[in-house]
Amino acid sequence: MNAILKSPFAWLLKREYWESRRGFLWAQVTAAGVILAITILGIIAGEVFRARMGVNMSVHMGAANLNEMLRSASAHDIDALVKGLDMTLLLFGFISSVVLVFVVFFYLLGALYDDRRDRSILFWKSLPVSDTATVISKVIAALVIAPLIAIVVTLAGYIGAQIIVSLWFLAHGVNPFGLLWAHSEPFSLWLHLLVMVVVNAVWALPTVGWLLVWSAAVRSKPFLWAVVIPIVAGVLNFWIGLLGLPNVDTQFFWGNLVGRALLSVIPASWIAPNALSHGVDFVGSDQLAAISYASMAHAFALPQMWIGAIVGIALIAAAIWFRRWRDEA
Amino acid sequence: MNAAAEAIAERPATPPAAGSETVVHARGLTKRYKNAVALDGADFQVGNGRIVGLIGPNGAGKTTALKAILGLTDFEGDLKVLGMDPRRERPLLMREVCFIADVATLPRWIRVHEAIDFVAGVHPRFDRAKCERFLSRTKLQANQKVREMSKGMIVQLHLAIVMAIDARLLVLDEPTLGLDILYRKQFYQSLLEDYFDENKTILITTHQVEEVEHILTDLLFIRDGKVALGTTMEEMGARFAEVLVNADKVEAARALKPIDERAAVFGKSIFVYDSADPEQLAQLGEVKRPSVSDLFVAIMKGTYA
Repeated sequence: MNAILKSPFAWLLKREYWESRRGFLWAQVTAAGVILAITILGIIAGEVFRARMGVNMSVHMGAANLNEMLRSASAHDIDALVKGLDMTLLLFGFISSVVLVFVVFFYLLGALYDDRRDRSILFWKSLPVSDTATVISKVIAALVIAPLIAIVVTLAGYIGAQIIVSLWFLAHGVNPFGLLWAHSEPFSLWLHLLVMVVVNAVWALPTVGWLLVWSAAVRSKPFLWAVVIPIVAGVLNFWIGLLGLPNVDTQFFWGNLVGRALLSVIPASWIAPNALSHGVDFVGSDQLAAISYASMAHAFALPQMWIGAIVGIALIAAAIWFRRWRDEA
Repeated sequence: MNAAAEAIAERPATPPAAGSETVVHARGLTKRYKNAVALDGADFQVGNGRIVGLIGPNGAGKTTALKAILGLTDFEGDLKVLGMDPRRERPLLMREVCFIADVATLPRWIRVHEAIDFVAGVHPRFDRAKCERFLSRTKLQANQKVREMSKGMIVQLHLAIVMAIDARLLVLDEPTLGLDILYRKQFYQSLLEDYFDENKTILITTHQVEEVEHILTDLLFIRDGKVALGTTMEEMGARFAEVLVNADKVEAARALKPIDERAAVFGKSIFVYDSADPEQLAQLGEVKRPSVSDLFVAIMKGTYA
């Protein structure tokens, strides 16, 4: 383990983290902090509201009542409570994912461009590191390091929220441990999220490759090239269809080409095609089924998954080539 | 056998004499861009243990030649650096070759200790203690970011890192551009005192010829993508001469086919000669070795015309 952490490749990953920790770490911490702050504000508002109205909450929420309620709760109720707690974690996860998408998207666009713009590429290239290793370190930073940090922060935020709610319960004389902590299963969901990182990573490859190619290839404005080209292509394809000329099926074009080139870094964005193809019910009662282990296994049977991965790897190879031979004269 | 004797025994019986081994070997080195030829069949060699000045006017192909040597660009022709092809063996080559490309190419976000940690992590020939010793002579702080440093301090950091790497070839491309005189002097002083030895080779391009003149052992003048002159400093002194000629001897001086003539004070003229007879020159006036910059001007005459 120590040898791995001290390998040159590990240093490349650390380098990526140092450069982007503002996005990878601090953006996530800020988002989680905002949710916690809102939780606290909500509790304070509730208390103030209660005090003003002169309603004694303990009548409704008193220890006896809650404990009694729990005792009488059926297995089904407990199950619902656990799901609810999981959903809280998913809310943290959702906010964190939104942050992650933006951070990773712009990280990839800048990954092979920023150092060419400020000429620090000449320093990186003066070291005995191959361009292949450099590019792959950036892929891993985007697909593994950034999501793992997001998950850790998410979990910390969730535990923080539970502690705040527990303190609130305690302030009202309710024992939070029986209610809140005994039934929350953050760690099993956490493991679940870890496995999902793998599925997300393979699914995201085409977008990663697409963004890296433009990042490595263009002289300026990688964002415009990377975003405008697929959108213009999509509009043109639609227009050709309007004229009655042979075109690619519009829905296919937007979904499988434009969408995969630009949006596959969205965590769990394979859910929709997965559901369509395997009939996984994710709008029904069991919302978590869409990201169950079975559903993830299904996702690997999607042709979109594998074709996208192959195209993504080819694009990453092209990015490596550009990184190696792009000559700023 | 005692330790000292062992240490001696471990070294090669006779250390390679300066210049005996070729570090860079270029034959017909050519690089064409879309609209221009940057290198046009340049031939040159850089010997081991030399400090070579690669000097040429703007656009002559200096930087392209360095890029080819560093494997940063594709090219035509033959080029071997330390026996390796820079195009195919770049990662391996960069263990033996260090490189400072003008000032301020260190990433602006990096901190001093991060830069050191990183280089120590990826470079097998980096000596961390040595680097820290060099840095202790500067005002740089471990936690300082490059963006908070002056140009001179950035170069100090870069130089401290590079000098702590036991490389065989150090390539410097305009390393002191935009630095004040104190930093510039210190830069070359450190290189000579703390870095250079008979197993190291330094290749420098710069426009500030006067500043490197006294440390160079070899000259490579490059013009229009070709090597206009390749010589050691000793050979240069033997081959070229500069004469300060009184007005009355100007015609005689011109008869000896000078490669350059320019006016000096009090109606005198300065003539530069290539391979002229020293005795004949002595009759014209005071003879001395031309400075590198005067020789450069003489040889590059008409470049921009």
